[in-house]
Amino acid sequence: MKRKCDVLVVGAGPGGSSAARHAAEAGADVLIIEKRQEIGSPVRCAEGVSRAWFEEIKVPVDKKWVAKEVDGAKLVSPSGSSFYVDEKMAGNEVGMVLERHLFDKAMAANAARAGAEIMLKTSATGVVKEGDKVVGVTASSYGEPLAIEAKIVIAADGFESQVARWAGLDTSLTQNDITTCFQYRLTGIDIEHMYTEFFIGSAAPGGYVWVFPKDEDTANVGLGILLSQLKKPGEVKGYLDKFIKDNERFTKGQPLEAVSGAVSVSHPLDETVMDGMMLVGDAARLIDPITGGGIAHACLSGMYAGKVAAKALEANDFSKEFFQEYETLWRNRLEDKLWRNWMAKEKLVTITDEQFDLVIETLAEAGVDKMSVYNILKVIKEELPDLVKDFEEFI
Amino acid sequence: MHCGACAGSCPKNAVFLNDTLPVFTDACNRCGRCVKVCPVGALEMEAKA
Repeated sequence: MKRKCDVLVVGAGPGGSSAARHAAEAGADVLIIEKRQEIGSPVRCAEGVSRAWFEEIKVPVDKKWVAKEVDGAKLVSPSGSSFYVDEKMAGNEVGMVLERHLFDKAMAANAARAGAEIMLKTSATGVVKEGDKVVGVTASSYGEPLAIEAKIVIAADGFESQVARWAGLDTSLTQNDITTCFQYRLTGIDIEHMYTEFFIGSAAPGGYVWVFPKDEDTANVGLGILLSQLKKPGEVKGYLDKFIKDNERFTKGQPLEAVSGAVSVSHPLDETVMDGMMLVGDAARLIDPITGGGIAHACLSGMYAGKVAAKALEANDFSKEFFQEYETLWRNRLEDKLWRNWMAKEKLVTITDEQFDLVIETLAEAGVDKMSVYNILKVIKEELPDLVKDFEEFI
Repeated sequence: MHCGACAGSCPKNAVFLNDTLPVFTDACNRCGRCVKVCPVGALEMEAKA
């Protein structure tokens, strides 16, 4: 089988659907292929996101895909001391925990409404190039081979992105830039349901434990650990089981779902475009290296890529040079933050539990009015300058 | 768990998920990173024949 389209989006996650929607809204003929049989399922995510993003990514918040809104965040030190950032009290936008299986479908439906076509159970199996230029992909659709010719390919195939690598972009990561994650949705636990909780320290070396409420007694309880900090295969699940066993608030909880995955926690790639192709979201390594959050960056980069794709069609120019506009858009918005948080993450690995205790105490005393990595780093720069002196110019 | 951690972390791009299970191609150089990254310990290295 063969087919053609203007814009082929590989992957119907939030980044891919966002790209598809914005390209289709501008009149492009868009096809999305998704390897799964159901968009948004299985969930591979802790589902936390800040409400502040949604205006920028042009998605009105819909209660249907919001599991829980929270008033703020709580950071817990290794010795158990904590500090709260109450966003609502400060008049800030609050955090949300999503229903990703519904959110992803809603995003895909937005793309479909704009005119994009969706094919499920269709996985890319290779990239077709003419010289240096990407001109389509080979795929397997419901088990049948399919060749898709496209003027522009948008790789939105997530952390395990094969498309970019097949096309020849170097997206390889070091062990220090990969975090491996495990999570249960635990029910029947004692949670502070108006806060997202973050536990830092040796419970999750190089990462953190999250408790993101889904309702009054159910939460996504998970952790991410830097690959370089792991010694044995399968160890990450062991860390989570130990955390739950050691914490009486969670010991009696029962799992409704187990989720695993890996995220990149790297600095940005040198290039996210080539002739005929753009990368978005996790595939472009746009995950925040400190928080591991990728949803908002995926939606934002997808929106930029979709709009640039539509312009490229108008100009009939699918060159890497034309796609520089996409590079510039996402870099202006995100690049400094990604570099800063990557450097903060590099430092985080070296911090002892005693130092983390001191950081939390210091934050509790000084106060932080808005929960963001930047605001926390600003306080640390003020109060504990030695900890951030390697990258203080970014704060 | 078919999470794709193995595929995404392979430095040689030698692993891909065929529906739910990882498939290893000839490009695999037995570096073992996929074994380590797998969150649930589902992969193991066979002794060299």
